[in-house]
Amino acid sequence: MKRIYALERWCIDCKRCEVACRVFHSKSRDAVRAYRVEGDGPKGRIWVEGTRAASLALNCRHCADPACVQGCISGAMQKHPATGVVAVDQQRCVGCRTCASLCPFGAVRIEEVAGREVAIKCDLCGERLGEAGNPSCVAACPNRALIYVESEGGSHE
Amino acid sequence: MLDYLLPRYKVLRDDGLCIRCGVCERSCANEVHRVDSELDRVTANHARCVNCQRCVVMCPTQALAIAKWPQVNNGSNNWTLEAMQDIAKQAQTGAVLLSSMGNPKPYPIYWDRLLLNASQVTNPSIDPLREPMETRVFLGRRPDVLRVNERERTVISKMPPQLRLDVPVMFSAMSFGSISLNAQMALAMAAEELGTYFNTGEGGFHRDLRKYGSHAIVQVASGRFGVDVGYLNAGAMVEIKIGQGAKPGIGGHLPGEKINAEVSRTRMIPEGTDAISPAPHHDIYSIEDLRQLVYSLKEATCYEKPVAVKIAAVHNVAAIASGIARAGADVIVVDGFRGGTGAAPACIRDNVGIPVELALAAVDQRLREESIRSSVSLVVAGSIRSSADVVRAIALGADAVYCASAPLIALGCHQCQDCSSGKCNWGIATQRDDLVRRLNPEIAAERVVNLVRAWNHEIQEMLGGMGLNAIDGLRGNRAMLRGVGLNEKELSILGVKYAGE
Repeated sequence: MKRIYALERWCIDCKRCEVACRVFHSKSRDAVRAYRVEGDGPKGRIWVEGTRAASLALNCRHCADPACVQGCISGAMQKHPATGVVAVDQQRCVGCRTCASLCPFGAVRIEEVAGREVAIKCDLCGERLGEAGNPSCVAACPNRALIYVESEGGSHE
Repeated sequence: MLDYLLPRYKVLRDDGLCIRCGVCERSCANEVHRVDSELDRVTANHARCVNCQRCVVMCPTQALAIAKWPQVNNGSNNWTLEAMQDIAKQAQTGAVLLSSMGNPKPYPIYWDRLLLNASQVTNPSIDPLREPMETRVFLGRRPDVLRVNERERTVISKMPPQLRLDVPVMFSAMSFGSISLNAQMALAMAAEELGTYFNTGEGGFHRDLRKYGSHAIVQVASGRFGVDVGYLNAGAMVEIKIGQGAKPGIGGHLPGEKINAEVSRTRMIPEGTDAISPAPHHDIYSIEDLRQLVYSLKEATCYEKPVAVKIAAVHNVAAIASGIARAGADVIVVDGFRGGTGAAPACIRDNVGIPVELALAAVDQRLREESIRSSVSLVVAGSIRSSADVVRAIALGADAVYCASAPLIALGCHQCQDCSSGKCNWGIATQRDDLVRRLNPEIAAERVVNLVRAWNHEIQEMLGGMGLNAIDGLRGNRAMLRGVGLNEKELSILGVKYAGE
């Protein structure tokens, strides 16, 4: 499957990916509304860690054998059998934090959405659950520090 | 002491669009922007802004623009705000005013007063999309007589060393030190892809770039930084730099703080020491001395590589060029005062030299009158802005052009003229790791390749319009040019007729 790879060498800590992610996952998909109006709604699913001296964008690896899916107690976290995309069904999520604690990359976070705590993670900007789209973080990166390419292992590996 | 200096620019922020994301704050090495979360707004320290426009381009909501500082001047054409600010700065510091890039003053730009011809009725124009159109150029000495074995279709005459350019555009000298390794790498990758050449400048040849040696021109300048026999043989041509268009008559000074471990190793000088290129070459005080250096370099490269000599366009440039041709140079480079620099005293940059268009025409004419034009190639440099400038330069007598500002602009340069601060937000004129990283050579090389390919298509279109099918037919073909808004003297130096003649 195609995965997003973050290249530390070219990451410049601008965090445009964070902005693009938050905007894409907002209700309005408008930057000003996402940041200034939809205060408790839209959340980012990619985070740039580090400083200007060295930084790296962090998001879900869409693992071949994801610990978050194995640990999910409600069946909300699923790996799509055809696309390999790991995504969370927020309706079914009970906010138990098991996925967040199991993820080896810290790529799942629990945040409040519409008054309820649920798991938030990268969904590859798909319009439907388990469907990959055109990741907005990759499009927003000015320095190709995020690339969206077929992973070398092929299929879902 | 109270600082009388005003900010030069004002950051305009559309508060209705600003989302306080902080991209501008993190993008600015001059520390102009600051997100104040308590006040819920982003503030700007206008005085620090150099108008590099990195924040403008990076802002996700296009909430930013940079304007001139709105201070009105006193209404005088003589005591302009600019002139008075320079005085305020010097009264404050007692220092020589430094600036970067080429001469920005409103001297005539002759390129803009030269119009191109096109075929109508009596001679057919050519469609480059349907018919072959040659833009290949060879640089170097031509043999006096060309002997050909017609039966075997081979050339018998021994050919002097020449460079083959697939496009008539090369990238002019910018040293590692004045620009970042990523910027040099981008130009090297683009030169290889385009079948042309980049120039190492006087900064040595970094080991990571040596694989692009067949597309490199190595420079020997007055500081002789990084020069040894390996360096001379690592490139495709050797260029002796006598002068630079942006700062004729003076040398260079790369301050010690920019000489980090890599620059030190590449330049072969101790880390942290100032790299000072003297104003003259201390072994060249005459054409005869130049000839000695030209032939020393030819000896060192076994007569396998052409040797170029680069001079700034100054008074008597034609006579100087004639001397250079007789000194044994294979290529003469004439660099005009609008050509860039990483740092120069503003008084030199703004006031010394002559327009390169006049210099080029004068040199070509002189070399032809003396029947030595075919013994050298002529390359013109110094602010070639478009494909039309390339065509005009070739019609005025150049074999090819060097350009550097244009590819830098393709890389992101916004000509803010603050190169010498070493804080280039585009990762070009800096050695700071966090800034250099902003220039991914892979993207940068693609952009430069796109630019030159686009120019080459346009050159082919213009050649076709003139009814020419090869760039060789344009060289020195001043009948393809007509002047507008020029006086008799200018027309006679340029060797062109007035429009309508």
